[in-house]
Amino acid sequence: MIGNILLLSFREIRRNVLRSILTTLGIVIGVAAVIIVVTLGEGTKAQVQEEISKLGSTMLTVFPGQRRRGGGARVPAPPFEMDDVNALRRETSMLSGVAPMSIGRQIVVYGNANRRSQVVGTDREFVNVRSWGLAAGRLFTPVEEQGGKSVCIIGETVRKELFKEEPFLGKTLRVSKASCEVIGLLEPKGQVMFSGDQDDVVAVPVKYYQRRISGNKKVDQIYVSALSDSLVSAAQSEVEMIMRERRPAQPGSDDLFTVRGVQEMSSAFQSSTTVMTGFLSAIAAISLLVGGIGIMNIMLVSVTERTREIGIRMAIGAREKEVLFQFLVEAAMLSGFGGIVGILVGLSGAWAMAPLLNVPFIIQPDMMMMAFVFSALVGLVFGYMPAQRAARLDPIEALRHE
Amino acid sequence: MTEADLSTADFNGPVVAFENVEKVYGEGETAVRALDGVSFEIQAGEFVAVMGSSGSGKSTTMNILGCLDTPTAGRYLFKGVDVKTLTRDQRALLRRHYLGFVFQGFNLLSRTTALENLELPLIYRRISKAERRDMAMGALRAVGLEDREHHTASELSGGQQQRVAIARAMVTRPSLLLADEPTGNLDTARSQEIMELLARLNEEQGLTIVLVTHENEMAAFARRKLEFRDGLIVSEWHAEAA
Repeated sequence: MIGNILLLSFREIRRNVLRSILTTLGIVIGVAAVIIVVTLGEGTKAQVQEEISKLGSTMLTVFPGQRRRGGGARVPAPPFEMDDVNALRRETSMLSGVAPMSIGRQIVVYGNANRRSQVVGTDREFVNVRSWGLAAGRLFTPVEEQGGKSVCIIGETVRKELFKEEPFLGKTLRVSKASCEVIGLLEPKGQVMFSGDQDDVVAVPVKYYQRRISGNKKVDQIYVSALSDSLVSAAQSEVEMIMRERRPAQPGSDDLFTVRGVQEMSSAFQSSTTVMTGFLSAIAAISLLVGGIGIMNIMLVSVTERTREIGIRMAIGAREKEVLFQFLVEAAMLSGFGGIVGILVGLSGAWAMAPLLNVPFIIQPDMMMMAFVFSALVGLVFGYMPAQRAARLDPIEALRHE
Repeated sequence: MTEADLSTADFNGPVVAFENVEKVYGEGETAVRALDGVSFEIQAGEFVAVMGSSGSGKSTTMNILGCLDTPTAGRYLFKGVDVKTLTRDQRALLRRHYLGFVFQGFNLLSRTTALENLELPLIYRRISKAERRDMAMGALRAVGLEDREHHTASELSGGQQQRVAIARAMVTRPSLLLADEPTGNLDTARSQEIMELLARLNEEQGLTIVLVTHENEMAAFARRKLEFRDGLIVSEWHAEAA
C-alpha cells in the first residue's frame, strides 16, 4: 500500500509544481539556516583548536586575583611586580621561560602615520615563552633591559601600517609620550581568534614601560612556559605553589592569583560560540516552525480546493486512511523535499561563507540526516490536521462541492 | 473485513435489491422524506434508467445504490449483503471492487492524463504496474480514445472527457455501473454518442448499468425505466424482449 500511496502523492505534487516549491520555501530556508550555522560553528571549533597550537600549548598565563566565570565580585588582589617574576625564575624547575607582561593599548606614531596598538613591557624571554621568532633585527640586550633603554621590537601589523615599505630598523617610534628606537621585527603570527591580531604589538623593556609609559611598577600578567607538553599541569602546580607562598590567601578563600592555560582560554571562547550557535539555532527552529505552518496552510487550502477530487477518490473506493495517508505523505514529501533542497542550499552557503569568515568548511553527515528527518517530521506533524480533515469528508458532500 | 470477504462470485441473485427502503434527512419538523418505502431489484446485465424530476428521490436512490449513503429504514442488499451492516471503510472497499461511477460533471482529475485517471481505481486495487497499463489501455480502446492516453482532462472535449470517465468506471469490470446524468453537460450529438457507448458496453460486455436522467430520449436507450415521484416509484416500463 505504501508504494501506491507514494505514487499517488507524487503525482499530486507534480500536478502543482510551482505551488509545491513555494510551499517548501519556509522549510528550505529553515534547514539551510541550520546547516549553515552548524557547519560554520564546527569550522570555528576546529579553527580554535588550531589557534591553540598557534599560541603554544605549553604556555601558561598568571593573572593577579581571580577571574571568575559567570560574574561575581572579583577578589581584589595586588598587582604583580618584578619581584614575582624573579621569584618564579629563581624557584622553578619545570619552566623553560618566564616573561613579565605590562600591557596597555597606546597610540604609536611614526611620521604622520599612527595607530593604537598593544604595547607590552617585557624582556627577552617573551619570545621564548610565546615561541616567537624574529624576522629582522635583534632582541633587547641585558644592558638595555637593566637600564630601561628606549628600544622596541615591533610586530608585523605595526610595521605594515606605520612604515609601509620603508626601512624601519633604527627609526624612532613615538609610543604615548615617550619614544623608542626600533631594533627588531617579530615574525608574523596572524589572527588568533580570542586574542585578536597578535602582530599588532610593540614590545619594550619592562623597566622602560614602567618608567615612561605606565608610570608605576605594575606587571599585569606573567607568561610562563613549561619545559614540555607533558609537563604543563605539573608546571601549573609548581607556579601555583610558588605564588601561594608569595601572596598567601586567607584560609578557606580563593587564591589571590590565577594560572590559566591556553586550553582554558579557548574553552571560555568555545562557550561564547556555543551561546551564539544556540541563538542562531533558535532562529532556525522558528523558521522551521513558520515553514511548517506554511505547509499546514497550503495543505488546508489544498484540501478545500480538492474537496471534489477527494470525493472522486472516495467514490472510486479510497478508504479514510488512504486519503489520510495520501495527504500526510504529500505534506511529508513536500517538507522532506524542502529539507533536501535546504541541505544543499545550506551547504553551498556555508561553503561560500567559510573562506570569508576564515574557518574551514567541514561537512557533517549526521547533522544533515537529522535536518532531513526533522523537516519530514515537520510535514507529518503539520500535515496531520489537514489530512484528517480530508479523510473525514462525506463523499456525497465532497462530490457536490464546486 | 478483508477484500476477499466481499467475494460473492457464487451469488446468483439480483445485483442489487431495495427492500422497502426509506430515507429521511433531518429530524422532527424539518425532516425531509426523500424515499418513502421503495422496493426493486436489478439483475446482472440489465440497463435501467431511473427517471424523475429533482426532489423525486432519484439522487438519493443513486447515493444508496453507490454505497455512499445508507437507508434510514428498510434494507439495501448489494449482491445479498446488507450494506447498512458495513462500516464506512467496508463500503469504500465495496465501491472499489464492485462499483463504477460516471458523473454529470465528468469528475476527472485535472492536470492528470487520461491514462493516469484510468489507473487511479486500479492503483487503489493494488494492481501491478504492467497489468494496470494493459487494463487502462484496453478501457481507452473500448471508448475509442486509445490515441488520447497522454492528454490531460483540459485538453479533451466534454464528450471525450465523459468517455474517459466511462472508461474509468468500467476499467475495473464492476458489477454495477452508476451513471448520474452523464449527458447533462453535453450537446445532443455528444449525448447520443455517450448513450450509444453505454448501450454497447451493456450489450457487448454484459455491463449492468443504472442510468439516472430526466430526459426521455436518453432513458430510451435503457431497456427498463423506473420513474420516481415524491420518494416513490410511480411507474415501471420494460422494453420488449428482443
